[in-house]
Amino acid sequence: MTLDASVALRRGTLDLAVDLRVADGEVLAVLGPNGAGKSTLLRVLAGLLPLSEGHVTVDGAVWDDDETHLPAHRRRLGMVFQEALLFPHLTVGENVAFGLRTRGVHRGRARTTAAGWLARVGLEGLGDRRPAQLSGGQAQRAALARALVGDPALLLLDEPLSALDARTRLTVRAELRRHLAEFGGSTVLVTHDPVDAMALADRVLVVEDGRVVQAGTPSEISRRPRTDYVARLVGLSLLPGTGEGDSVRLDGGGVVAVGEEAVGPVFAAVRPESVALYLERPHGSPRNVWPARLVGATPHGHTVRCELAGEVPLIADVTATAFAELGLAPGAEVWATVKASEVAVYAG
Amino acid sequence: MTRARGRTPAPLLVPAALAVAFLVLPLAALLIRAPWTRLGTLLAEPAVGEALRLSLVSASAATGISLVLGVPLAWVLARSRARGRTVLRALVTVPLVLPPVVGGVALFLVLGRQGIVGSWLYDSFGVTIPFTTPAVIIAETFVAMPFLVVSVEGALRAADTRFEDVSATLGASRWTTFRRVTLPLVAPGVAAGAVLCWARALGEFGATITFAGNFPGTTQTMPLAVYLALQRDAEAAIALSLVLLAVSLATLLLLRDRWLGRAVP
Amino acid sequence: MSARRRAAVAVALLVGLSGCGGSAADDGGQTLTVFAAASLTDVFTDLGAALEDQQPGLEVRFNVAGSSALATQIVQGAPADVFASANETQMSVVTDAGLAADEPAVFASNVLEIAVPAGNPGGVTGLADFAREDLTLAVCAPDVPCGAAAAQVFAAAGVTAVPDTQEEDVRAALTKVELGEVDAALVYASDVASAGESVEGVAFQEAEQAVSDYPITRLADAANPDAARAFVDLVLSEAGRRALTDAGFREP
Repeated sequence: MTLDASVALRRGTLDLAVDLRVADGEVLAVLGPNGAGKSTLLRVLAGLLPLSEGHVTVDGAVWDDDETHLPAHRRRLGMVFQEALLFPHLTVGENVAFGLRTRGVHRGRARTTAAGWLARVGLEGLGDRRPAQLSGGQAQRAALARALVGDPALLLLDEPLSALDARTRLTVRAELRRHLAEFGGSTVLVTHDPVDAMALADRVLVVEDGRVVQAGTPSEISRRPRTDYVARLVGLSLLPGTGEGDSVRLDGGGVVAVGEEAVGPVFAAVRPESVALYLERPHGSPRNVWPARLVGATPHGHTVRCELAGEVPLIADVTATAFAELGLAPGAEVWATVKASEVAVYAG
Repeated sequence: MTRARGRTPAPLLVPAALAVAFLVLPLAALLIRAPWTRLGTLLAEPAVGEALRLSLVSASAATGISLVLGVPLAWVLARSRARGRTVLRALVTVPLVLPPVVGGVALFLVLGRQGIVGSWLYDSFGVTIPFTTPAVIIAETFVAMPFLVVSVEGALRAADTRFEDVSATLGASRWTTFRRVTLPLVAPGVAAGAVLCWARALGEFGATITFAGNFPGTTQTMPLAVYLALQRDAEAAIALSLVLLAVSLATLLLLRDRWLGRAVP
Repeated sequence: MSARRRAAVAVALLVGLSGCGGSAADDGGQTLTVFAAASLTDVFTDLGAALEDQQPGLEVRFNVAGSSALATQIVQGAPADVFASANETQMSVVTDAGLAADEPAVFASNVLEIAVPAGNPGGVTGLADFAREDLTLAVCAPDVPCGAAAAQVFAAAGVTAVPDTQEEDVRAALTKVELGEVDAALVYASDVASAGESVEGVAFQEAEQAVSDYPITRLADAANPDAARAFVDLVLSEAGRRALTDAGFREP
């Protein structure tokens, strides 16, 4: 179920030209600012909008090209929108079963399958409720179940977490990770939040003004941003580990003191500008002090993005001036510090 | 002075009260001046039952036809991108402003024995339409369908089209989406339009008496019966009016609760 | 020349010559409201125009409908100066309510005649044809004078009529004939006379069994009693009589 698409679309002021390939089981995040054309791209992949030029092929079957345009309802896909958009006139269970009923599955079997999916997304027993009775997070989980119930070849997620409040976003993102890992088809996730991309995607496409400005794994583009924009957008270090109260023991060794309570599997997240570099071990307050070796330095604008290897691998942004004053160069041994309060924790 | 939330502002209170009085007093007068002692005998006449049955049947049939034809028309007006929709909408709502008698004459010119379509029907099949019960239904449909079309078009315009996108991604063809998503979402608007349509059809007089004529049992609906009774026996007219009022009120109250109360927020 | 045009010319000549008309009321901008049976539409309109010529500043307005409807309206308080009915029954409704100013005077009479569309597509020859189911037939509603008269002639002829519609006034029935939508309608002789080329008349002898007398009166609450008297006088005058007979009515 490989997705192979080359999408060119001109619509009003939007001029979009993006190529993408997503393998089975892979999650591709399309990251970019609002208005970049990301949602439009998704609607083209879904068949809700026609291409101007190009093609969309899924597992060898042509969904779009110069001669064909398969309408959305004939494509084996599932789509989750920013707002859950559960049908208000149906129960939650009927919503989830909808994709089966349209494909001719009998009511009883559809209901059973839907109930199974509701249990998988943690909404067991809520099948008879009306969508208005669900919370935002519950509704989004139901929308995910509804999209997956038809065993789609392609899963499209359009800013699925943006409409949720901060707390709910954390829990739903963690669950989404799990489900995406279990999903066998190709997934394209559109978001403007780099944390989503970092946490959920295998590969990232950064899109600006309708064009791809960088493509790669999350760590690749964080470490070696090709443009200012990409650098400003990504660069968050996500360190997997286990929470132990006020610190996190990283999977790769090393301990990070954090500002918030952390328990269980988590990510410790450090923004590049929160990392300070010293040539000698600093004294004083920071509880987080680690030795590191500078393995890469990419200048952009007035900052230099530094790639640090060590027990606690980090990405640090330092001003060009500071970089010069410190006499840094790849290979240099440095000390990195981060204030505990500036380390965020995400459930993992 | 404390003011409870939701109280009507004073400048609105007086006009609103006047409006209520204006609308309700005539109905109250009907009740007050009703010939209660003679009511039984007056209403027992067979012509009354016939007129009532005819009115109810024809209004319901007219509403049925309006639903079958009017909902698709409303969809075209609201959703399709065909050119000339504005003109089409104006034409379709002409019966709303046309005097009903004029509508009756126009129907003659189309469906009468000498009419554009009617003459063909008469010559080929020997079928005449004026002065029959179908003519009553046609006349009522002509004046009442625009109410339904306007109401449903409004509901379709206001509906959230994103649900239809969702439906498509879940494998529903456009027809299935219409049946299982769009229609249920605009059902309150359709119901409201149908109620308006039915009420208008029930009360129709001018087009009916012109095109369908007046004959007890076949084409003499309640409004016609009331009009003619007024010239003979005012109390009979009041009695018939009460019946019509009671039936209309009952239907409107019944429907209002069940259908219109469940509007999508 | 059609009956109507003859009547109009007659009225103009006679009224101009005779110069009759009651007190010369020259208040400008006055109106006279006349409630007249539908069959009187054309001839009364001409008479009203004649009165307006005689009394500059006077505007004569007509409310024309079935006499039963008019009588009901007057009893309900409709503002009218003059009432001319197509039969005495409906006039009694008004006099019994004490609303007539004078004793009503009969100014014309009328008999029924069968009206058929030009060419007589239904092949109608007499009253008996009103019992034919295969024809589309119109009569007036039973409470309207011409409908009451129709019931009388059917009874006299022993015919069980099967009309398809009972119209609310005689002119509505006539219109259906003019449109060619009915094969025959039972209307007044005066209506057939006024209708012109699209309508033919079929007279029948039983019509004499139901002669309608047309009474006219001023109303007690008339807003314009002087003009009302002038109009009634005009109708009852030689000029008025000539106009009526030219229009197909009979002498009273």
